[in-house]
Amino acid sequence: MRYHTPSSFEEASEIAAAAPGITRILAGGTDVLVQLRADIVEPDDLIDIKRISGTGDITRSDDGGWVIGAAVPGVSLSEHAALCADWPGVVEGMALVGSTQVQGRATLTGNLCNGSPAADSVPGMIAAGAEVSVVGPQGPRRIAIESVPVGPGKISLAKGEIVTAIHLPSRGAQGGDAYERFIPRTEMDIAVVGVAVNLRRDGATITEARVAIGAVAPTPLLVPEAGAALVGSTLDDASLAALSEAVSAACNPIDDKRGTIEFRTHVAGVLAKRVARTAYDRAGDAK
Amino acid sequence: MSMMHVNTTVNGDEVEFLCDSRETLLDALRDRLGQMGAKEGCGTGDCGACSVTLDGRLVCSCLVLAAEAEGRQVGTVEGMAEDGGTLHPLQRKFIEHAALQCGICTPGILVAAKALLEQNPDPSETEIRYWLAGNLCRCTGYDKIVRAVLDAAAEMREDA
Ligand SMILES: Cc1cc2nc3c(=O)[nH]c(=O)nc-3n(C[C@H](O)[C@H](O)[C@H](O)COP(=O)(O)OP(=O)(O)OC[C@H]3O[C@@H](n4cnc5c(N)ncnc54)[C@H](O)[C@@H]3O)c2cc1C
Ligand code: FES
Ligand code: FES
Repeated sequence: MRYHTPSSFEEASEIAAAAPGITRILAGGTDVLVQLRADIVEPDDLIDIKRISGTGDITRSDDGGWVIGAAVPGVSLSEHAALCADWPGVVEGMALVGSTQVQGRATLTGNLCNGSPAADSVPGMIAAGAEVSVVGPQGPRRIAIESVPVGPGKISLAKGEIVTAIHLPSRGAQGGDAYERFIPRTEMDIAVVGVAVNLRRDGATITEARVAIGAVAPTPLLVPEAGAALVGSTLDDASLAALSEAVSAACNPIDDKRGTIEFRTHVAGVLAKRVARTAYDRAGDAK
Repeated sequence: MSMMHVNTTVNGDEVEFLCDSRETLLDALRDRLGQMGAKEGCGTGDCGACSVTLDGRLVCSCLVLAAEAEGRQVGTVEGMAEDGGTLHPLQRKFIEHAALQCGICTPGILVAAKALLEQNPDPSETEIRYWLAGNLCRCTGYDKIVRAVLDAAAEMREDA
């Protein structure tokens, strides 16, 4: 295994584009090193992006949104008061990943690019309308989070393409987001169902809503019908029932010992209501 | 297999070693630097027995490559007691409360608990339990560990 420490993303991308064999990017390593140690994947080339300047930074963008460097660990998100105030749902999704030790290393970008259907931070980023910037042999591009995962362990980036940062939009007025997952234990487990809701209110009425689900399909999914069920409502019982139904209808889960198809589908609908209430209350508390 | 040359700082001391590119920081600490405090329980980030700090952040050293430590600051359980051998309050309280049996988990838990108290000198029992959720112990049942951390925190607050 060749271990590289490029000092720019262009250099990193050139190494990745020219690499003949299995290539991995090393962000926090909490997936890459587990796979290496368990003899699941031994990369021929491992490209550590943490020496590239700016990859560990969280910065305000010109439009009032946030740019989160590709190597920012979960703990840095939780410690960032202004980011937590704007996007509590995105931060709480990431904060659920692993233990304190894992939080010291694991990144949003790694969680996304590992391609797990159950990745806890991904529904929150999709609901937020986040994007990633990518550099590669074809030049830079910026794409929606939901276009990155394409199947279990598979993402849409081309050979040589590397994520440089995650972009969260400006929070704007009266917005709120939330993420919750169902797991059989209270800590250190993989989501059986995950739901994220991001919405905006005008007074009591919901004017915009995005709903995303995780662990109940081959990739985390945006569910436009579920968002539409909320818009125009005051989160009354009828809209919550419509939300729940739309979320359950979008589920296409696996059946395993941790949750049957029926169970996962049902719980997704139940969680969606709970998460929508949290997002709605947060939007009400926001300026 | 060409070896990599790494310069790093362990418990304040500058050290250097040669390692394979696939080697973990845990293996380098134990096999190259003779620092046997960090233990391997699982090798996959689940048990916390290998906990160390890297530039002040608590991490699993089994999920860090040795080469990643280049130019960084590593902190292990060996750095907790003072030079003359005076134990850290956490170490003393672990002995007083009998918060260990076989002791395999203890170095990792001590390093993790120290990191907690540095950022939160007065944690609640619940905060301690969540913070230490990534440190598994198959012997003690955790209660004695939690009590030892609470007691050490109280003593350290008095002395502060
Ligand atoms: C004990 C433990 C508990 C865990 N619990 C959870 C959990 O509860 N929920 C959960 O979702 N996950 C969990 N995980 C999995 C893992 O921690 C997360 O997926 C984490 O967010 C991965 O981030 P990383 O920075 O460590 O990624 P890495 O391991 O560094 O990389 C992961 C993948 O992303 C690719 N990649 C990384 N950076 C880039 C980039 N810039 N551009 C393109 N590709 C890139 C790599 O090639 C690799 O395939 C757990 C892991 C452990 C060890
Ligand atoms: S040995 Fe590192 S977490 Fe178990
Ligand atoms: S004392 Fe034996 S594992 Fe904790």
